[in-house]
Amino acid sequence: MIPVSWYLVLTLFLFAIGAFGFIARRNVIIMLMCIEIMLNAVNVTLVALGRGLAHTTAHVLVFFIIAVAAAEAAIGLALVVLLFKKTREIHMDEFRTLKG
Amino acid sequence: MEGLLPKIVFIYLAVVLVVTSLLVVTNRNAVHAVLWMLVMFLHQAVLFITLDAEFLAAVQIIVYAGAVLVLFLFVVYMINLRTELKIHNFTVFWPAALFVSVALVILAAQALKDFRAPQPVGDMTPEAIARVGHAKLLGKALFTEHILSFETVGVLLLVAVLGAVVLTRRIRMIRGEGL
Repeated sequence: MIPVSWYLVLTLFLFAIGAFGFIARRNVIIMLMCIEIMLNAVNVTLVALGRGLAHTTAHVLVFFIIAVAAAEAAIGLALVVLLFKKTREIHMDEFRTLKG
Repeated sequence: MEGLLPKIVFIYLAVVLVVTSLLVVTNRNAVHAVLWMLVMFLHQAVLFITLDAEFLAAVQIIVYAGAVLVLFLFVVYMINLRTELKIHNFTVFWPAALFVSVALVILAAQALKDFRAPQPVGDMTPEAIARVGHAKLLGKALFTEHILSFETVGVLLLVAVLGAVVLTRRIRMIRGEGL
C-alpha cells in the first residue's frame, strides 16, 4: 500500500502547476484547462483521503465535482466562444473595456 | 519485494502527471495542450484504480477524456488563431505567478509536515470493495444518503446545457425575435 502522504505531495505539485498556468497564461482556453488540472488534483486528494478513512463521502464528493466541472467547462467555453465572436480576441490581457 | 511494484507504478504515474501538466501549461499550440491533457487524464484514471476507485476511474475516462476534452477540442478548432504560434503565451507578470505557485508549494508543504495517516472510520474498506464492488458501494451512498444532491446535480447539468445553447446562439436570431 502506498502512503496517503505521497498522493498529497503529488497533488500539491499538480495544483501549483495549475495555479501557475491560470495566473500566467494569456489564452482563455488554456486558463480553463488549468482550472481542470486544479480540480483533478483536488479529486485525487479526496479519493486518497477517502481511501485512508475508508469513507464513502469523499468518493461521492468526487462524483459531484466531476459533474460540476463538466457543467463549468460547458458554460466557460460558451462564454469564450461568445467573447471571440464579439471581439475576435481570446487573450486575457487584451480586454480593456470591462466595466466596474 | 511485495510492496515494490505499486511504488514503481505510483512513481511512473506521478512523473507522467507532473510532466504532462507542465506541457499543458507551457505549450504554445492549444491543440497539443488538449492532447497532452488527454494523456494526463488517462494516467489519472490509473491513479484512481491504484486507490481502489474503479467506478471513478471509469467516470474520469468517460466524462473528462470523452466529453469535456472533446468540447475543448471543438472550441480550439472553432477559434482558429494562426497568430498564437508567434506571440507571447505568458503574461508580462509571469515571474510573479511563478513566485505565487512556489510559495503555495512551500506553505502547503509546511502544513503537511505533521500529517499523520488517518484511521479508517467508514465502511468502504478494501475488503468491502473487493467483496461487493466500488460502484455498488458508491451507488448505495449516492441514492440513499445523497439523493437530494444527486437530483440537484442533474438539474445543474440541464441548466448548464441550456445556458451554453442560449449563450452561443447567433446574434441575428436575437434581433429577429425583437429582443
